[in-house]
Amino acid sequence: MDFGSINPLILLASLMVASTPILLAAIGELVVEKSGVLNLGVEGMMIVGAVTGFIAAVNLDSPTLGFVAAAFGGALLSLLFGFLTQVLLSNQVATGLALTLFGLGIAALMGQNYVGIRAPATLDVPLGPLADIPVLGPVLFQHDAMIYVSIGIVAAVWYVLTKTRAGLILRAVGESHDAAHALGYKVVRIRLMAIAFGGACAGLGGAYLSLVRVPQWTEGMTAGAGWIALAIVVFASWKPWRALLGAYLFGGITVLQLNLQAAGFKIPVEYLSMSPYLITILVLVIMSRDRSRAALNAPAALGKPFHASI
Amino acid sequence: MNLMKTLFGAITAAAIGGAAMAEDPVKVGFIYVGPIGDGGWTYEHNKGRLAVEEHFGDKVETVFQESVPEGADAERAMTQMALSGADLIFTTSFGYMDPTINVAANFPDVKFEHATGYKRADNVSTYSARFYEGRAIQGHIAGKMTESNKIGYIASFPIPEVIRGINSAYIHAKKVNPDVEFNIVWAYTWFDPAKEADAANALIEQGADVILQHTDSTAPLAAAQAKGGVIGFGQASDMAEYAPFPRVSSIIDDWAPYYIARVQAVMDGTWESTDTWDGIGPGMVAIGEITDAVPAEVAEEAMAMKAALADGSYHAFTGPINKQDGSVWLAEGETADDGTLAGMDFYVEGLTAEIPN
Repeated sequence: MDFGSINPLILLASLMVASTPILLAAIGELVVEKSGVLNLGVEGMMIVGAVTGFIAAVNLDSPTLGFVAAAFGGALLSLLFGFLTQVLLSNQVATGLALTLFGLGIAALMGQNYVGIRAPATLDVPLGPLADIPVLGPVLFQHDAMIYVSIGIVAAVWYVLTKTRAGLILRAVGESHDAAHALGYKVVRIRLMAIAFGGACAGLGGAYLSLVRVPQWTEGMTAGAGWIALAIVVFASWKPWRALLGAYLFGGITVLQLNLQAAGFKIPVEYLSMSPYLITILVLVIMSRDRSRAALNAPAALGKPFHASI
Repeated sequence: MNLMKTLFGAITAAAIGGAAMAEDPVKVGFIYVGPIGDGGWTYEHNKGRLAVEEHFGDKVETVFQESVPEGADAERAMTQMALSGADLIFTTSFGYMDPTINVAANFPDVKFEHATGYKRADNVSTYSARFYEGRAIQGHIAGKMTESNKIGYIASFPIPEVIRGINSAYIHAKKVNPDVEFNIVWAYTWFDPAKEADAANALIEQGADVILQHTDSTAPLAAAQAKGGVIGFGQASDMAEYAPFPRVSSIIDDWAPYYIARVQAVMDGTWESTDTWDGIGPGMVAIGEITDAVPAEVAEEAMAMKAALADGSYHAFTGPINKQDGSVWLAEGETADDGTLAGMDFYVEGLTAEIPN
């Protein structure tokens, strides 16, 4: 056993890289659910983001434009969901699942000519002297821009949801769309905006996979990350900073178990492999132990269709 | 009006039925574990399917389902395929073994072919390739090329096929480089690019400068490329888009001749339940071009080994080889029998890790 060969600093740094895709997708879905819409198509939006981001980055030779394109791609796909569920009042669960299947298929089609191509390198943000600080430097200040953007999005979502009027309106729509409608708020329009934001975030998360974490395009490369993002929203009980914690916890355990294995640490691999899922389930159980509190946190109108009668 | 409709319907039905009778193509189904665009394992099986279509033209109709999880859902996919009229179904991953046997019992008239497994029935054949022959060549190159003497191995599931590959690669790396060490990571997936990339990164961060993989995507090669100075090998497919560096060679699975032969057997009515296990010699395993990143003499040695494996003058498991616990497995000059290889559940001496059970 050679535990010493794991460098904890590198481990922490790669933890952030492994967590960022699900963090982005989760924070987007959190906003969507806060507005009272359940979009199960996260996986589909992520993979479409991954492929559009990759195509744009390769053709325009710019990872930044790749991420912009990924956000647009994800948002566009999510608006399809928005149109079906908000305007045509289709069932949200079924439409969300269909969106995942559709996304996986169309992404495979779009990406056919991009298999095995190298993406332009995403450069680390030059933070100058900050990066040279011992311990903190390698962990916090030697990353690509998207890691800081993702944390920035979490902070912004937290601020908007809890401190601003816009956030209050969004939450009102998610708690009781009828009351919000009676007050004169455009429920459908607000929800469509939330859905588009969720799609854009999921797209960014997907592009982070194809442009930074892997980095390449492969069909089906999200491999279930979207579903984990959905679980993390519940895990976080719809609170932005907890979503960050949940994503980092999940990503951290995934990376840690691979590193422990690589170091030849002798604990049964099966337990290591299932530990991220096990801990997610465990936390979900602990959190829902107090039923009334957990129920309080869920948006009251989550998943319910809204039709203005007047 | 109604009469017209009925009449028209009847004529159409008769026409379609007649056409089907005249053509009666053999319907061949394929169950894939990953997407056909994975660039590795499933990609090659799909190439085999396309070769069947090209070879037989109108006489054959193929269907496939990709990304089918190993387990209960696989039974559903196979049942659906059998119900929709498939005459022959290839199930192309080890984890489909029990589902294939179960579904085959319900459809005695449908022929099944299961890849890499060991359970057969009257209407279930098994087929696999001797990938471990290719692993021997990889091990040789890896042992010669490593400078840190640490070789990272991304394994999928602890099944005989994967363990054979680890043993074969290790024996041949050790032979040319006694200081070599293997770090093995079990990913518990055949296809998850993000996880495969993470595993490759974890291995590289801990000093490995050669990455061998038994997972299906090209992600470990992309990770090696991003880190720089690390070599890897194409798995199941050539993965030539990463040549000449980091991909220095590859193991390529060529299923097309086998698939064509088996479909032909169904057409001729000569299909029987068989067990096929072919290697480099018959061409089921091919070795991708060894690039210039490998010194010429190492490449020559590798090619010589390939020739010896192909003509049978050398067996990848030739004694003396001890098991991990130090007990003798093969005496001097003895070669492994297929039965032991097919069920291999032990590491050879020198590997320090333990096989998860």
